[in-house]
Amino acid sequence: MTRKIKMRIWRGNSETGSLQDVSVDANEGEVVLDVIHRVQATQMGDLAVRWNCKAGKCGSCSVEINGKPRLACMTQMASFAEDETITVTPLRAFPVIKDLVTDVSFNYKKAMEIPSFEPPADLKPGEARMQQIDVERSQEFRKCIECFLCQDTCHVIRDHEENKKSFAGPRFFIRIAELDMHPLDMLRNRKQKAQEEHGLGMCNITKCCTEVCPEHIRITDNAIIPMKERVVDVKYDPVRWLGSKIRRREEVL
Amino acid sequence: MERHNYDIVVIGAGGAGLRAAVEAREAGLRVAIICKSLFGKAHTVMAEGGVAASMGNVNENDGWKVHFRDTMRGGKFLNHYRMAELHAKESPDRVWELEVWGALFDRTAEGKISQRNFGGHEYPRLAHVGDRTGLELIRTMQQRIVALQQKDKRDHGNAESHIKVFAEVTVTEILKEGGKVAGVYGYRRENGVEVLFEAPAVVLATGGVGKTFKITSNSWEGTGDGHALALKAGGNLVDMEFLQFHPTGMVWPPSVRGLLVTESVRGDGGVLTNSDGIRFMFKYIPDVFKDKYADNEEEADRWYNDQTNNRRPPELLPRDEVARAINAEVKAGRGSPHGGVFLDVSKRLPADVIKKKLPSMWHQFMELANVDITKEAMEVGPTCHYVMGGVEVDPDTAAAVGVPGLFAAGEVAGGMHGSNRLGGNSLSDLLVFGRRAGLGAANYVKSAPAAKVSDESIKRAAEKIQAPFDRTGGENPYALHEELQELTQNLVGIIRTKSELQEAIEKIADIRKRIEKVSVSGDRQFNPGFHLSFDLDNMLLIAESTAKSAIVREESRGGHTRDDFPGMNPKWRQINNISSFTGKEIVVKQQDLPNMPAELFDLFDPHELEKYMTPEEMTKGGSK
Ligand SMILES: Cc1cc2nc3c(=O)[nH]c(=O)nc-3n(C[C@H](O)[C@H](O)[C@H](O)COP(=O)(O)OP(=O)(O)OC[C@H]3O[C@@H](n4cnc5c(N)ncnc54)[C@H](O)[C@@H]3O)c2cc1C
Ligand code: SF4
Ligand code: SF4
Ligand code: FES
Repeated sequence: MTRKIKMRIWRGNSETGSLQDVSVDANEGEVVLDVIHRVQATQMGDLAVRWNCKAGKCGSCSVEINGKPRLACMTQMASFAEDETITVTPLRAFPVIKDLVTDVSFNYKKAMEIPSFEPPADLKPGEARMQQIDVERSQEFRKCIECFLCQDTCHVIRDHEENKKSFAGPRFFIRIAELDMHPLDMLRNRKQKAQEEHGLGMCNITKCCTEVCPEHIRITDNAIIPMKERVVDVKYDPVRWLGSKIRRREEVL
Repeated sequence: MERHNYDIVVIGAGGAGLRAAVEAREAGLRVAIICKSLFGKAHTVMAEGGVAASMGNVNENDGWKVHFRDTMRGGKFLNHYRMAELHAKESPDRVWELEVWGALFDRTAEGKISQRNFGGHEYPRLAHVGDRTGLELIRTMQQRIVALQQKDKRDHGNAESHIKVFAEVTVTEILKEGGKVAGVYGYRRENGVEVLFEAPAVVLATGGVGKTFKITSNSWEGTGDGHALALKAGGNLVDMEFLQFHPTGMVWPPSVRGLLVTESVRGDGGVLTNSDGIRFMFKYIPDVFKDKYADNEEEADRWYNDQTNNRRPPELLPRDEVARAINAEVKAGRGSPHGGVFLDVSKRLPADVIKKKLPSMWHQFMELANVDITKEAMEVGPTCHYVMGGVEVDPDTAAAVGVPGLFAAGEVAGGMHGSNRLGGNSLSDLLVFGRRAGLGAANYVKSAPAAKVSDESIKRAAEKIQAPFDRTGGENPYALHEELQELTQNLVGIIRTKSELQEAIEKIADIRKRIEKVSVSGDRQFNPGFHLSFDLDNMLLIAESTAKSAIVREESRGGHTRDDFPGMNPKWRQINNISSFTGKEIVVKQQDLPNMPAELFDLFDPHELEKYMTPEEMTKGGSK
């Protein structure tokens, strides 16, 4: 069940580039990444594309397929019409290095700006006790495979280079939420910092990030909105924050 | 050319490399981490089922001695006893430490880290996060490194003053001066610029070799680079004939053939059946395991709820046994439509439990094969998964034998798992020996002179990188890779014979000649064809070492099955096959396996040891 399909692949570098048409075989059950690999092996030996796991687990193969941010390894060829031309372009929010490979260092810089996990000073290895229900909220965010599709799609930075400086992006809002909800994290004011230093205020809850997340993390509903609401609380009632952490700590140790 | 100077260079950002880097940094040293992909994408991210550590959270009878025994049994007593001992003793601390760094494992009702059943482990032992444990491991250590960098920023004004990650840099050579390691050479994939790192100590943490085979669960990174780098630097590889074919890889559709179906599916109740609907594993329980595995369905099913009074289901035999059984069923014509067998949880667990316990498996089958595993059976078959063989190291320090300044940990190191690795024992191996390698390298550096690489060495290394562009032979690297994968799969695969191995060795030699003619198109920038031309060279060394070790080992044990020598031979249990590289070819020599000391020997029931050891060994007992 092999068919010929038409694909347009963006090729170029940081300076110039263009869409190039190819005609290539696609077999039953294949995903877009398989077909890109076939192009690589038979027609364009130096076509650049990132990938690792080919199973939706590593978040390397992020590209835009017909304009939508997607994992190339999880997009089935069968999801396109027989005669549809499939256009594959690099992530638009990040500078191109070559072909489908972009410079995603923005995200690693942002990761560096988020204050790290801070366990209780006296926590001894093996002594932590946490209930499943209490770890589950943070676990949802720890499913993140850092594909950065949510970052790519977020309109705050997608076409606004100038916002990048002050906006951490949805990937890092869930990181802050994860730590904030982590039963063992002792650092204060994570939510305020999200608002004041990481640009949470610039998010206007369009939910586009949630829609593209291949891990189905409910970025807006479970991280962004609760943080925005709680920021309001905490600003007026700092004692409440303290109370909640102390109570949690007692259960923990 | 870019030039850097560090105390320690760690090649690899998987679990082993990151753990080594953390340890070396905490010992006060300056560390570079180099990896082929982006930071956080190493193969470890794919690990699913869990990390083995005898914390005893679910069954308090567990402890290091039980874990040690299981590991030796799983490896059919060819493991380096000292590695298995250190691993069993230290893995609980390594897991708990991750929790202090922010990891969130699934919990027991008491709030402790939950542990699940896995093949070959006597008690529930695998700490896990659903079926994405590797991601948790990588992310926790990645974030630990960020935390250390943030501290360096506060203390030294520069986040990268003491640990720096060089992502998308490929190492092509380990450089030595005066017989000792002096640094590494490679290039940046992003722009093709060459990079020299001068350092007195190098830790190899480069992972596995799966891409040498056609059907594999490994990513493109698994090309055996570290194994090959060690050989070329004068190191040895131990027992490269032992490859783990994981029994359950996807078989359909073809584009995902080989992709892993985690063993947790069986640990949580999944059963294997053939085209006649028979649960066939009961037929394949080897004598050595008869007292531990149930021989009837009723007992096997009772085991899930009462492990004290029942024997385990045979689906949970060590992987080599299950892979061979599936192979045999398919050969006998009782396979599934696409050449595998059936693995079913849908009739065993309610749909919501399946989705909760095996979320990524559910997605993987739904999105890639249009199969809903809560309703239908999966089709599965063996896939090349893990290499037990690897760099010969000193167990305590992870120092590579024969190359001062070189260390190795994780999948690239050999000895720990003997002839077959138990599931979950790799993630724990990465943590235990990653840490030991970081420490070993740090101690070595303290008394080693500063490294200086000569201009001559640099020139030679640079020429090798340029070579594929200067050649005009016209061999296509992709085509040669396919040819190699085809031949390893067919001739050096699960079931081996002398004549086929002989044929493989000849064909590998032929491909080796032809890679001299590989030429690549385009320029150096992010060019996968160019990259593959180096990988090919590495994979050929792996294939040669595997085939040459396999042809001399005239027995079947763990991940090495000889059709012409079925059954274990106790003589061969006492022998390691040691590969070295002459510069032209691989030479395999035999070396005695170190003897277990009495205190470990005596942990086993003598009746069990008799099944593996010669009468002389039994009378001698462990060494005093
Ligand atoms: C699908 C799957 C599931 C698994 N599940 C489990 C499980 O549940 N439990 C378990 O214990 N084990 C499991 N394993 C096995 C385990 O994941 C691996 O053995 C382990 O992750 C290897 O880790 P590592 O640190 O040795 O190397 P890897 O994680 O493979 O990392 C290797 C690193 O080296 C770098 N590198 C390699 N060559 C070079 C070079 N030339 N230059 C620069 N950098 C280089 C790579 O870029 C990478 O960063 C699984 C394996 C697979 C494939
Ligand atoms: S919800 Fe907020 S973070 Fe998400 S895409 Fe919209 S603006 Fe960006
Ligand atoms: S939150 Fe989802 S979309 Fe964003 S980086 Fe993580 S996995 Fe990708
Ligand atoms: S290759 Fe890993 S997510 Fe696509």
